Amino acid sequence: MSAPQTQPENRARRRFLQDAARGTAGCAVAGMGLVWLVQDARALPQRAIRPPGALPENDFLAACIRCGLCVRDCPYDTLVLAELGVDGAATGTPFFTARDVPCEMCDDIPCVVACPTGALDHDLTNIDDARMGVAVLIDQENCLNALGLRCDVCYRVCPVIDEAITLERSHNERSGHHAIFMPTVHADACTGCGKCEKSCVLPDESAIKVLPFRTARAEAADHYKRGWEENTPLVDELIDLPDRLPGPGTDNLAAPGGFEPAFQLPTLGGSN
Amino acid sequence: MSDTIHLPVGREAVLENGWWHAHRFLILRRISQTFFLSLFLLGPWFGIWWVKGNLSGSLTFDILPLTDPFIAVQSVVAGHWPELTALIGALVIGVAYALIGGRVYCSWVCPINPVTDAASWLHRKLDLPKGWQPKRGTRLFMLAMVLVVSVLTGTIAWEVVNPISMLHRGLIFGMGFAWTFVIGVFLFDLLLARRGWCGHLCPVGAFYGLLGQKSLLRVTANNRADCDDCMDCFAVCPEMHVITPALRGQDSDTPLILSADCTNCGRCIDVCAPKVFQFTHRFDDTPAPGRVRTRSNPAPKVGKAA
Repeated sequence: MSAPQTQPENRARRRFLQDAARGTAGCAVAGMGLVWLVQDARALPQRAIRPPGALPENDFLAACIRCGLCVRDCPYDTLVLAELGVDGAATGTPFFTARDVPCEMCDDIPCVVACPTGALDHDLTNIDDARMGVAVLIDQENCLNALGLRCDVCYRVCPVIDEAITLERSHNERSGHHAIFMPTVHADACTGCGKCEKSCVLPDESAIKVLPFRTARAEAADHYKRGWEENTPLVDELIDLPDRLPGPGTDNLAAPGGFEPAFQLPTLGGSN
Repeated sequence: MSDTIHLPVGREAVLENGWWHAHRFLILRRISQTFFLSLFLLGPWFGIWWVKGNLSGSLTFDILPLTDPFIAVQSVVAGHWPELTALIGALVIGVAYALIGGRVYCSWVCPINPVTDAASWLHRKLDLPKGWQPKRGTRLFMLAMVLVVSVLTGTIAWEVVNPISMLHRGLIFGMGFAWTFVIGVFLFDLLLARRGWCGHLCPVGAFYGLLGQKSLLRVTANNRADCDDCMDCFAVCPEMHVITPALRGQDSDTPLILSADCTNCGRCIDVCAPKVFQFTHRFDDTPAPGRVRTRSNPAPKVGKAA
């Protein structure tokens, strides 16, 4: 030390402060690195589906101790623990890939029972209430049913058949005289088990996929009024705006409401 | 200093007490580490599910839950109150290590210990420089850092990088690239900082050290009067600063190694030819006279028995 008048206790205090500052700075640097890794670990891939009852991802990473007891008690070897650098989910956390092995929706939900921490919510006692994700018919161009064929496999294997997936009949415009039985998912009943994705007969990727809610679902447009659900008028006095008819002239502001076209289209079903 | 300092570490103990006596706690520790790992591997390898899970959390004989209390603490500060099962498990583990010594976990159970022991052994063989030697309190800073990051991010932060769970879970559930963490710790200890990871940085060890601060099981240097200054105990001890107060103490100082950093590995007992050390409990007050030796006299070539 260059200062000759420095007292021993001053030196000791100076040294203590220096050590504390160095330790704090070192830990701040290490801590920032750790925060970065933690943020990285939050990026749950789209195809990695958490077990039934899993808390929302942010809460899940505070609760899951990565012990693998859910994996051990899964009778169908559906669940696996994510391996570092191989699976995208946070290292050591449980997930499944529906296209490989879907959830068989056991009635007694052994994975949830096995979870020691509640990362899988013990309040989930009816597997039909599980919301692991939601199935989406994501490739309507290759889905055989959408093409007008009768594959129906995703519909048939659905554990909540006719509630989570229905076949909605519509006219087959291509053939002109057949029906299309469109597999249609109803998110309020879909558990996200992935049996539809697993069983899709297309060779590689499935046309119907289980996706996380954060990807598959939008928020309902509550600021729009659904006139067919409630009849109360939007404003107190009814405002009757002039109706516009289809056909040429609907944008004709000089004659609102359109006019009879000069030529007649072939009649469409006679009405209107 | 005695001339035995020139012998390879532990050699004199082998010559005087026999090979087994000079290695017994080392062997017992390796057996213990293998035993605890095997318990977890019986299931996946042989279908004998006595123990399910891993060191983070497990279920033994379908009845006894065990949880790593450090992980439980991180979970709580991250904002999740675990179910009773995990809390009971953490309590069982916490009480057990508080009694037998927190860092007994480090030396008798932790699967990273053989890795860093191997690094330390090779370090000694290659006669490499000490490298970076962080201050003794650094691991406590690390511990605080981990808890702060857990609070800030709302996650069990250390499990993102913890090499212990990486290796243990990897062996039981599938390794992925977790081995890179193990290699990393090995190279760090070998080339960058001697005894760096377990001895200076690991926050898990810091946590268990705090847990076992008042533990019952202790090593004592009660026969310190016979010490011949061969320095072998310092050479093998992963936390060598814990030895000095006990071994070099005066008559009035306790011969018990009371530092929470001591891992109760017993290696000092192994390598000591004059049998200075032994296991005992913290209330052992057998009188242990200090060495008769004047500090002014460096005493060349004394102390070597026979």
